[in-house]
Amino acid sequence: MVKSTSKDAQDLFRSLHSAYSATPTNLKIIDLYVVFAVFTALIQVAYMALVGSFPFNSFLSGVLSCVGTAVLAVCLRIQVNKENKEFKHKTVVTNLRGIVAMFVIAV
Amino acid sequence: MAANGSPKPEPMAAKKASPDLLNSSFSFKSLKLKTKQQELLLRVSILGLVYVLAFIARLFSVLRYESMIHEFDPYFNYRTTLFLTEKGFYEFWNWFDSESWYPLGRIIGGTLYPGLMVTAALIYWTLRFLRFFVHIREVCVLTAPFFASNTTLVAYFFGKEIWDTGAGLVAAALIAICPGYISRSVAGSYDNEAVAIFALLLTFYLFVKAVKTGSLSWALGSAFGYFYMVSAWGGYVFIINLVPLYVLVLLITGRYSMRLYVAYNCMYILGMLLAMQIRFVGFQHVQSGEHMAAMGVFLLMQVFYFLDWVKHQLNDTKLFQTFLRITVTSAILVGGIALGVGTASGYISPWTGRFYSLLDPTYAKDHIPIIASVSEHQPTAWSSFMFDYHILLFLFPAGLYFCFKRLSDATIFIVMYGLTSLYFAGVMVRLILVATPAVCLISAIAVSATVKNLTSLLRTKQKVPQTGSAKGVGSSKSSSKVTLDQSQPFHKNGAIALLVGVFYLLSRYAIHCTWVTSEAYSSPSIVLAARGAHGNRIIFDDYREAYYWLRQNTPTDAKVMSWWDYGYQITAMGNRTVIVDNNTWNNTHIATVGRAMSSYEDEAYDIMRSLDVNYVLVVFGGVTGYSSDDINKFLWMVRIGGGVYPVIKEPDYLVNGEFRVDKGASPKMLNCLMYKLCYYRFGELVTEYGKPTGYDRARGVEIGNKDIKLEHLEEAYTTSNWIVRIYRVKPPTNRL
Repeated sequence: MVKSTSKDAQDLFRSLHSAYSATPTNLKIIDLYVVFAVFTALIQVAYMALVGSFPFNSFLSGVLSCVGTAVLAVCLRIQVNKENKEFKHKTVVTNLRGIVAMFVIAV
Repeated sequence: MAANGSPKPEPMAAKKASPDLLNSSFSFKSLKLKTKQQELLLRVSILGLVYVLAFIARLFSVLRYESMIHEFDPYFNYRTTLFLTEKGFYEFWNWFDSESWYPLGRIIGGTLYPGLMVTAALIYWTLRFLRFFVHIREVCVLTAPFFASNTTLVAYFFGKEIWDTGAGLVAAALIAICPGYISRSVAGSYDNEAVAIFALLLTFYLFVKAVKTGSLSWALGSAFGYFYMVSAWGGYVFIINLVPLYVLVLLITGRYSMRLYVAYNCMYILGMLLAMQIRFVGFQHVQSGEHMAAMGVFLLMQVFYFLDWVKHQLNDTKLFQTFLRITVTSAILVGGIALGVGTASGYISPWTGRFYSLLDPTYAKDHIPIIASVSEHQPTAWSSFMFDYHILLFLFPAGLYFCFKRLSDATIFIVMYGLTSLYFAGVMVRLILVATPAVCLISAIAVSATVKNLTSLLRTKQKVPQTGSAKGVGSSKSSSKVTLDQSQPFHKNGAIALLVGVFYLLSRYAIHCTWVTSEAYSSPSIVLAARGAHGNRIIFDDYREAYYWLRQNTPTDAKVMSWWDYGYQITAMGNRTVIVDNNTWNNTHIATVGRAMSSYEDEAYDIMRSLDVNYVLVVFGGVTGYSSDDINKFLWMVRIGGGVYPVIKEPDYLVNGEFRVDKGASPKMLNCLMYKLCYYRFGELVTEYGKPTGYDRARGVEIGNKDIKLEHLEEAYTTSNWIVRIYRVKPPTNRL
């Protein structure tokens, strides 16, 4: 039983890895940015666990801004990804430039 | 083939020619442009009329009395806005008020919702910049109607989003005069709800638009709309729970999509960050139980997105199933553990009493008498629903039917909004206001869809003889038209009859709304009116008379003790320090005042000396028959006082469970401070012809204790109709 699940997990990893390396480079860059933002947030949480949460404002603002940039980057990735066909944008945001502009404003 | 608009006293939807009659559009192509322009003109003019209508329908009290602030809470808002315009934003944000809740004071900067005040101040400064030198009070009085007009515009766009332009126009017209909304947004009712409903509808509209298009710009807009809502009203909790619930329903019904992900995530994170800028809200978004649903759904969305991505990457379903199983169980486990730890350790605070009583309506009555005592917080009676909604009440289920027929992300939202808000409206009268936009929108869908079907029925009748000559008519179509021909006169008459019926209903609605606004919702509460013996109108301006007496005849550092209802008005108009006011944030302090009012004069004197009270103000309706006076509120004082000080027992004041003030009343009632202060010297007064002296017109009895002597207080002022009575607290007698 254990062996089959570990074999399943290995198969899982391998197929994920092979599928992922097929994604275009610009999307991978965005993914890296997302990972970086989440990692920064995790570091802040660990710091808070060590040192204590005073002042709470700065902790919250730090963590949430990291999460916010991660989320916005994910949204950018979704909209830029050519494989997503279900986006019916308004005429303002049909081209790449518009999407990036919206992302910059949001950040 | 002009757009079809029937003559009517109130604006109704204009119907564009339905696109299934392609034949006609071919032959009249040259006219099509003109029709579009005509239609645009019609729409714009209808919206303009609705805008003006919404504004002027709320001006009854300004025309009848004068331009003044109504009720109790608006006086506090007026005072803070005055402070803001005089001292500037920095002083306002850091204001510590020592004139209320003596001796505790109140941190106003951190305990109010600044949206309303900032909005009014901005309008005031804009007008000043344009060299219109209006007084801030005029701006305050007219802020609510102005924002009601803006709400009709948002309702139009929202209706257009959910259904079509016709429904949008009907929704705008319905919400312009709906009594449920008018009750809290009439001119002079300068309260948070005036801008909050506008912000609520705006946030919902922008969010639905964001879900529909999936673009970041609309999600951004909805985050800012949410920020405005948080700054304006405590009811923002409704948004932060309805939106996650809606997202959850979409996820469950299998409507997960990238657009939903973008819209919700952007709105939640940005909205949360912005909302924490308001000091009153503070960190509640991450610490309070009422906001946890939003966070839970946020994490669930991440899980869904991750699963979707993995499914997209792997093209093997079996592998995906195992992965799914692992992830879902671990996610649920982690989420459950985190929630449990958070709630148990007290980090996540449980639902506060105010909102908990919405889920369990009996909670407040047993545990928190202050919440139970506010008349606005009582459960709603059926008559209130009918009074406030009229025909919308049965158009609402019809609209629900239409929404279910054409299910989309937007209609699911409005259905959910309508159902949840109606539940809450059933629990608390005040929340009828929150349900009003949903009810208006759904009813508008019903009206619009029905009228559209009927008029298209009518129009096919007219087209039948003409389509025979046009080209491209299939044989199947001609056969169906033959059957239509045969039943033509019957259907046409039926359609016309039904249209007349709809027109009649809508006109009755308009009449009802105007009547309700005029009779029930336009009274300023601070000025009372009655009909004299000859039918002439008598105005009782006693409240303002008393407050101005206080302002002009007492030392500036005098402290006034009264029941908490009048606190805001005394500080705003009388400009004196009060002991308790409408904010009711400190139950013990209010209970102390309640205890003082219900004790014998000696004990009450000790309490008043400990609070440094100089003047006592009571409201008495025995001479005029005014029924919202302090004697009628007295039992609440006893209950609230008794809730903190067990020495005050409610049965002491009742006789056989009955509250009486005549000879048969309990001795404690006949000698308590409130009784003495209200009925002092009343025993010598003849109030009604043929009745004995001391006949209380509000209770309808002759009072029991007519010979009242006051030892520690002396009468300072009684207004001309005996409605407000002010007493001075005498300093202690010299000890010999």
